Amino acid sequence: MAGKSPWGSGGGKGSNDEGSGGDDSTSGDVPSSEGSKGPRNPWLPPGKDRGEPRRSASIEDIFKNRGPEGPRRTGGGGKGPNFRLPERPGGKSWFPLALGGLAAVWILTTSVHQVAPAEQALVSWIGGKYSRTMDSGFQVTLPYPIQSVDKENVQEIRSEKIPAGDTQKLILTGDQNLVDLSYLIRWNIGDLALFRYRLADPIETVREAAETAMRQSVAELELDTVLSGEGRAEIEQNVRERMQAILDAYQAGIVVQGIEIDKTDPPETVVDAFKDVSAAEQDAQAELNRARRYAQQLLARAQGDAAAFDKIYAEYRLAPDVTRRRLYYETMESVLRETDKTVIEADGVTPYLPLPEVQRRNRASQAEGQ
Amino acid sequence: MDSIWQNYKLPIIAIIVLAILAAMSIVFVGEDEQAVVLQGGEPVKTINKFNPDEPFGATNAGIQWHLPLVQRVQIVDRRILDLDMERQQVLTSDQQRLQVDAYARFRIIDPIEMVRNARTEGNVANQLAPILTSVLRQELGRRTFASLLTAERGNAMTNIRDILDRQARQYGAQVLDVRIKRADLPDGTPLEAAFTRMQSDRQEEAETIRAQGRRDAQIIRAEAEGQAARIYATAYGKDPDFYDFYRAMQSYRTTFQNSESESSFILSPDNEYLNQFRGRR
Repeated sequence: MAGKSPWGSGGGKGSNDEGSGGDDSTSGDVPSSEGSKGPRNPWLPPGKDRGEPRRSASIEDIFKNRGPEGPRRTGGGGKGPNFRLPERPGGKSWFPLALGGLAAVWILTTSVHQVAPAEQALVSWIGGKYSRTMDSGFQVTLPYPIQSVDKENVQEIRSEKIPAGDTQKLILTGDQNLVDLSYLIRWNIGDLALFRYRLADPIETVREAAETAMRQSVAELELDTVLSGEGRAEIEQNVRERMQAILDAYQAGIVVQGIEIDKTDPPETVVDAFKDVSAAEQDAQAELNRARRYAQQLLARAQGDAAAFDKIYAEYRLAPDVTRRRLYYETMESVLRETDKTVIEADGVTPYLPLPEVQRRNRASQAEGQ
Repeated sequence: MDSIWQNYKLPIIAIIVLAILAAMSIVFVGEDEQAVVLQGGEPVKTINKFNPDEPFGATNAGIQWHLPLVQRVQIVDRRILDLDMERQQVLTSDQQRLQVDAYARFRIIDPIEMVRNARTEGNVANQLAPILTSVLRQELGRRTFASLLTAERGNAMTNIRDILDRQARQYGAQVLDVRIKRADLPDGTPLEAAFTRMQSDRQEEAETIRAQGRRDAQIIRAEAEGQAARIYATAYGKDPDFYDFYRAMQSYRTTFQNSESESSFILSPDNEYLNQFRGRR
């Protein structure tokens, strides 16, 4: 800037555009010398091929000399006409004022910063030296090239999923079994300066620290504890603490908010065997249920029988002989009523046993014959 | 314009030359960078060398100067760098194979040494990687598989770090940490064997559960039977003689009253049932 101002003020008189100041100075020169060449133009067309470069140059100059309305001025000069057309009262150029205005805008926009509540911002000097960390709110710094500001959301919880895809991630447990485990790390930036300046690759570091901590924590437990979920809270807690310790040792400026274990499964290859265990549990339960059902029936039956006996026995006690007889006759009656009976009166007679059988067969065959 | 150029030709040229010289002798060293000034290829001094006690902002970071043309500046990372080891198979002391993925974290603490002996940070990592591998193999090879999984791991890692750190010092680097990222069973036979073992473990468990289920069911049944017997005994024991009679009656009914079986009775008139048959009295 300091280097530009002498050029700018110099150009401000002769022309308007500091960037093309060099051009303008030549254009200031050339027309005067080539203005005399002007009359030559009509002479040139026949020798067109030879005089081409010079002729085109002179045409440009003619356009330039025509004034600000010339196509070259408006086309190439950029903001040229805007400054040039209106003149300040007193005949001075607007240019220094405009420049000053621009500088003011520049300073305002690059030195006042709004840092959102969740954000922090690092202020660094030109060249990269750290100056300070700004908290949220309106903050003022020196304008841009002197101090630059790098805002970052520090409260936002970032998450890393491990493993990244849906792949299997086998981890060895303490009893040398394998478990397929996936989890989520939630973290945020605790100290922006440390986060920015201490680690070459903070995110990779988070992932690696998590993995180390996870494997170590899982290796302390047995497979069943990991799978059943009862060790889950313990693992999550352990991993978080270990990770934090590792990251703190690196001064990473990272706060681990939590670890969420997403899935703990047996490896795919042996999943069937694991399912069979739960099937076995179901089977055993079913077996027990069947046994209980049987037991209930048996007991109910015994109780029923006992109760029935008790009732009868109570009657029996009141009139033993009569009851006994009654029961006897009733039973015999109902038994003999439905069976074939043969009463043999005479002693010494050998009964022809199958007789009733034969009779019945005859009857059956007659019934068939009809 | 003309007049400025004419009048101040020399100062302008001087300013330009100075600016160019300044550009050539200025170097920006970021807060996360350190720099080595090289003169004729030989490191002569450091800028913003790592010092853990310096808070950010109090360091020498920022705009720094060196002699143009004569001196050259090499920027060296000041941050903690990552040294990733390739997956290695390690044979533990109990002859188990283990696939190990480890990483080390290091930092250049002496950029001059580093530039002299390794030139760049990348080279340091390249030099350290094989050392890490061999140290890791050596150290882990002394331990059993089981101890690697659990408690002793920390101890092993500290040893490895110390050994690697000694080697790293000659490259101006400090090894902060060595950790096993992953320790897996190698693919193929060892992994298959582990799966088979897990499978058989589970099969055993499943069978045990089933057998226990059967056992418990049997016990339940037996207990019920015992209890039923006790109920019967309590009830019937009050009069065994009557019970005998009563039960006999029940038994006759169920035995003979079944209409599907064909039973025939041949009764002698002496039968108790027929004792009234003859009308005696």
